[in-house]
Amino acid sequence: MNKLAQLEGANTRHDAGPILEAVHLRKMFPVRSLNPLGTKQAVHAVEDTSLALHPGRATALVGESGSGKTTVARLLAGLYTPTSGTILFRGEPAKLTDGSHLHTYRRHVQLILQDPFSSLNPVHNVHYHLARPLHIYGHVRNKAQETEQILSLLNRVNLSPAEQFIQKFPHQLSGGQRQRVSIARALAVQPEVLLADEPVSMLDVSIRLDILNLLLRLKDEEHLALLFITHDIASARYFAEDTLVMYAGQMVEGGPSDEVIQRPMHPYTQLLISAAPDPGHLSADNNASATDLPARGEIPSLIRPPSGCRFHQRCPHAMPVCSQRFPGRTELGGGRWTNCFLYGDGGISSNLSSGVPN
Amino acid sequence: MVTSTLLEVKDLNVDYLASNGTVHAVIDVSFSLQRGEILGLAGESGSGKSTLAYAITRLLRPPAMITGGEILYNPGTSRDEKETSNVTLTRLSKRGNQEHKKNEVEEQSMDLLQLSQAQLRDIRWDELAIVFQSAMNALNPVMTVGAQIMDVLRTHRPHMGPDSRKQRAIELLQLVGIAPDRLRSYPHELSGGMRQRAIIAIALALSPEILIMDEPTTALDVVVQREILTEIMRLREKLGFSVIFITHDLSLLLELADNIAIMYAGRIVEKASRRDLYLHPYHPYSYGLLNSFPSMHGPRRKMSGIPGSPPDLRAAPPGCAFHPRCPLAFDTCRTVLPALRSLRGEDSEQLVACHLYDPRFNAEPPSTSDLARKYEALVEGSSVQ
Repeated sequence: MNKLAQLEGANTRHDAGPILEAVHLRKMFPVRSLNPLGTKQAVHAVEDTSLALHPGRATALVGESGSGKTTVARLLAGLYTPTSGTILFRGEPAKLTDGSHLHTYRRHVQLILQDPFSSLNPVHNVHYHLARPLHIYGHVRNKAQETEQILSLLNRVNLSPAEQFIQKFPHQLSGGQRQRVSIARALAVQPEVLLADEPVSMLDVSIRLDILNLLLRLKDEEHLALLFITHDIASARYFAEDTLVMYAGQMVEGGPSDEVIQRPMHPYTQLLISAAPDPGHLSADNNASATDLPARGEIPSLIRPPSGCRFHQRCPHAMPVCSQRFPGRTELGGGRWTNCFLYGDGGISSNLSSGVPN
Repeated sequence: MVTSTLLEVKDLNVDYLASNGTVHAVIDVSFSLQRGEILGLAGESGSGKSTLAYAITRLLRPPAMITGGEILYNPGTSRDEKETSNVTLTRLSKRGNQEHKKNEVEEQSMDLLQLSQAQLRDIRWDELAIVFQSAMNALNPVMTVGAQIMDVLRTHRPHMGPDSRKQRAIELLQLVGIAPDRLRSYPHELSGGMRQRAIIAIALALSPEILIMDEPTTALDVVVQREILTEIMRLREKLGFSVIFITHDLSLLLELADNIAIMYAGRIVEKASRRDLYLHPYHPYSYGLLNSFPSMHGPRRKMSGIPGSPPDLRAAPPGCAFHPRCPLAFDTCRTVLPALRSLRGEDSEQLVACHLYDPRFNAEPPSTSDLARKYEALVEGSSVQ
């Protein structure tokens, strides 16, 4: 097992080191059983996940519901304790066990939640929501500073005139405005890493792009490292420089977004892309619509997950070895990697993985 | 298949009576649905698309009120043709009480809004079935899937015996790609995609002429969504029903629907074939909606959504309801309400409600690239801010 070497290979491809890194994260949720003598069961939500976030870069994490992408975000935000594995912040292992360490950690890493309708407290106004993080992290000393900072936060998320929004309650705001307030709340602590868990999936289609553009602008202006969790692979391409694909708790493929989406390697990524609605072919001459899927079915139960590669039951290219063990990460060159025996088995060489490393 | 009008909606109006003002959810909506057609209704939440669907099925409850219009349903004669030429499935279900049924359903069109509850009961499910958004809430959690299908048959086909009911239930499950041994499964034992398939099977139990699908795949993952859509297309080929497909996801409709109607603030603002709509949307809102979906191919370019947010229907803006968000709005848009009409007197299938294409208000109608330019200007504007 020379996974460490592979990880180093994956992480040295950007000039600046990663600000937040997950190394071999695993998370299991125990399942309560009524039978005290029965075997202890657990949901294997995330298996051996490694990723790195770089300042000024957005990384998209794509997968179906139940693939463990939200669990990864919550592990990184310190809301769950990993079963095993480490989270490195600026190269140092982050201690996320006690309150004061968590407090410092969250000064740098903030989470934006999916549902702006339930993530804001309905009995408090915008001023309260934005003043709390400012006070908790000591960014303000007096009332004047507080108001000034809140107004500037609201302006940064394009809620203008800010003076009007400051007194509003969540029910007086539209979905897009609420999500802007949650983004402003996350920015209030002046973080370096933003974890956005499906930030636009609850919003109306016509305003989704506005929120994505806002996050992109903030990323560039403030040099934030962004993790963008989504089930929509087209918006991953629009939003993020890098895309990671997860299936049933396992990372299966990653690399530059355009590469991953234009030339998917892993059979699951290929399936995901062929299933996504794509009106592009209407401009072509043929009038054909739905294409046949290479594989059917759904994500397996994660309480008793399939052995080996969890996709092998649905995979059109499955081989006997696929059900025996999970393939190692194969570097394909240009920052691309995949965990699939079709392209080699990590350390064990294969002619496909001999691309030029950078 | 003979093309003939199956359903015709004329000037339909639906209001929600609320204490703080009446919400005009559907305003003067007219469209027709051909036999075998898949009509897509697209719009943002609050545009009135679901209300319209429920009005057609007469499922609206107070405070919703249908305040005007007609919904003409034209059963026609093709039912017999369909039963002889098409699938044995249909015949099997209808044989028991065919006479009974045929005499009631008249040859002429009828206005669904004038029917009594008893008459509606004959129409619903038999002629007009609906598939709801959330399959988990639409299925009864304490009844097996099989029992729920047979329940429909027992009520609507009293002549069928228990054996033939069971036979039909198995056929229906096979039709939508569920193994027959799932007949005795409870909804919680099925995955999301299977539940949605079961719902479709139940909707098809009596071989309806019209299937109304209200966001049937929104809660599902893309792979499962694709399977369900393929299934709907296949069943439509096989059974020849018409579909009204409601969704906010225009990119889905572009693959599935024959014709697409775009709704905004309770009105249809554009109606066209999917190809016309994709290649040259006329209404600025349609253009904006089409360009709200990042594409998987081509160069990555900065895109803009539609500025602003959907209007409050209690106090919709005067004139064209879209004008506060429209990058091409001019003075007339703020005062005069545009009517849905075909472009510049051309005998085209593409209808649009926009003053930009009315020679009385605007001599030079914009091209699709003009719309693109105006929206692109917005992107730059917002990035400077």
